[in-house]
Amino acid sequence: MTGSQPLLDVRQLEVAYHVRGRSLLALRGVEFDIAAGEIFGVVGESGCGKSTLSAALIGLLPANGEITSGSIRLDGRELRGLGRRELRQLRGGQIAMVFQDPLTSLNPTIRIGTQLLDVQRAHLGGQRRRGDLRRRAVEMLTQVGIPDASERFGDYPHQFSGGMRQRIVIAMALLLRPSLLIADEPTSALDATLEAQMIELFKQLRHDFGTAIVFISHDLTVVSQVCDRMMVMYAGQAVEEGDVQSVFREPLHPYTKALLAAVPSRNQRGERLATIPGRVPSLSAPSDGCAFADRCTFVQPVNREREPHYVAWNGRRVRCNIYDPTSGYQSPPRREDVS
Amino acid sequence: MSTSDGGHPLVRLRNVHTRFGAVRAVDGVDLDIRRGEILGLVGESGSGKTTLGRTILRLAPLTSGRIEYDGQDLSDLNRRQLRRLRRRLQIVFQDPHSSLSPRLKVSYLLKEPYTINKVPDDERYTAAELLDMVELSSEQAAKYPHELSGGQARRVGIARALALRPEFLIADEPTAGLDVSAAGAILNLLNDLAGQLRLTYLIITHNVNVVGYLADRIAVMYLGRLAEVGPTASVLDAPAHPYTQALLSAVPQPGEAGTTRRLLIAGEIPSPKNPPPGCRFHTRCPYAEDRSRTEMPELQPVAPGHTVACHYWQKVRDASAVSPAAEKTQGGGGCIPPIDHSSYESPKEDR
Repeated sequence: MTGSQPLLDVRQLEVAYHVRGRSLLALRGVEFDIAAGEIFGVVGESGCGKSTLSAALIGLLPANGEITSGSIRLDGRELRGLGRRELRQLRGGQIAMVFQDPLTSLNPTIRIGTQLLDVQRAHLGGQRRRGDLRRRAVEMLTQVGIPDASERFGDYPHQFSGGMRQRIVIAMALLLRPSLLIADEPTSALDATLEAQMIELFKQLRHDFGTAIVFISHDLTVVSQVCDRMMVMYAGQAVEEGDVQSVFREPLHPYTKALLAAVPSRNQRGERLATIPGRVPSLSAPSDGCAFADRCTFVQPVNREREPHYVAWNGRRVRCNIYDPTSGYQSPPRREDVS
Repeated sequence: MSTSDGGHPLVRLRNVHTRFGAVRAVDGVDLDIRRGEILGLVGESGSGKTTLGRTILRLAPLTSGRIEYDGQDLSDLNRRQLRRLRRRLQIVFQDPHSSLSPRLKVSYLLKEPYTINKVPDDERYTAAELLDMVELSSEQAAKYPHELSGGQARRVGIARALALRPEFLIADEPTAGLDVSAAGAILNLLNDLAGQLRLTYLIITHNVNVVGYLADRIAVMYLGRLAEVGPTASVLDAPAHPYTQALLSAVPQPGEAGTTRRLLIAGEIPSPKNPPPGCRFHTRCPYAEDRSRTEMPELQPVAPGHTVACHYWQKVRDASAVSPAAEKTQGGGGCIPPIDHSSYESPKEDR
């Protein structure tokens, strides 16, 4: 990216889950960086490691999960190996999270106002007066589009609709002005028109607060609307990264090409949709070569033997032997063959 | 597009209402489903689209109005006649894992419709035949539902619905919860089956792209009523209802990265317990005038086979051609549209 230090810098991240005495690698060599104020999309199908990645970034891996190698640096500070207290201070402070289902993030028995005050007290200690904290919270609720925020401060979560609850969760996440917001499928539970509103909200908040956002989604269309850059994941690996426009205009990795071709479009009436044959490989039986080889249209024998490197390609990155001149792959496909 | 063969439609709904206590889930729907066509019913959560599908099958009560199937008034039928008729109408439920019993093997699940309906042996498909129809290998017959992927479970649900050789199939959110490529495969399958088995479909979905891909005609539902009905191309290319326009612009085409102008509509769908008077959509509509607040619009023709329930559809269409309203309300500059639904109760149902 630019010469300055990235806000978030993830290098060679490897995460393993220990299951019945065995170690399954859920993430292998994931690398990316995010600049301040950037919206970075992470896409992939279920089981590709998206949620493991978000849990690893915020230090909330389940008890049997472990970062086995690599590094996660936020503003130059290594997060791997931080203790529980330090991580807790970081979460909600410098890093905040928004999940798919707002109900799991809000306590149903506590008024939303109280919850918004508690977040601030936990991080700011007793330095601020209640009136200040309340004013801050109401301002933030107004900013995310809660009407009559002051009057609704004492309402319980169930008194708000699904879209409003998600706005409240976002307000809570942004209260402490985090530099990084991790949003895991934040619009997936919402209807189309609410999703469109939420996309505009994320763009506006980035603009207002300069918050960088990791936007995790299975929905390519949403990612294309909200993100600046994106990364495609497959079987625990990053397989492609680039600015959103380029990835959509000219996907490099065969998996990205297949994913984009499979999205139904209302302009394709009566046409057959492209599908990806086969299934995501099991974590317990990783292949020697490329993880996508069995489902790939462009597969050659070399792909089953040689694990592809994550190579640079015109300012983007791609994990595919086709783009690696040292791989021995014969005659890269021309663009006409691909689309 | 199907021919209407001059006769009666396969399903005819007239002024159909379904209420659950005070909730007006379906609130006066007139709709014909023609033999052999694929009709897409689109709407957001709370629009009543799933309830309408269930009402046609009499799985939800018909509070008032009339439903005819193949010329027969369903309310004239007694339980036995209704059960016989149900063999011709099948539904594929939204969540296959909750509609397939976890303790029964696929082979048993596929046989179950025959046992329940006491179908003679020579009219039965074998499990292998049914699995083949939905492009699954016969090995899947020995599995339990939890051993299937989401896409495979969906296919078993479809196979079960096909077992009784129905002529009319309701598919409720056939691709919800599936990954992109699995969803594409299910849509291809539904499309193929429609041709092979001469099925009539009602596809219920919130996803306009799914409907555009599959359907011959589209019906857009909002808060218990139909907003717009017409041939797919006509509705998608020249939507005449402001809600349809908003829905289409809210769901951009994949790949139109950041370039689309989206018409944002403010607020959320009001509660069906207390629907607004007049046009159901007026609380969120950029075109609403006094008449919208008092007089409920009926479906009126705007093009061949294309009807819309809006007093001002001409104005809406003219405006969308140059799209000043879209410029006015779209949030490209990053402003949040004003939200005012204080006068109506917000929906409080869990999603």
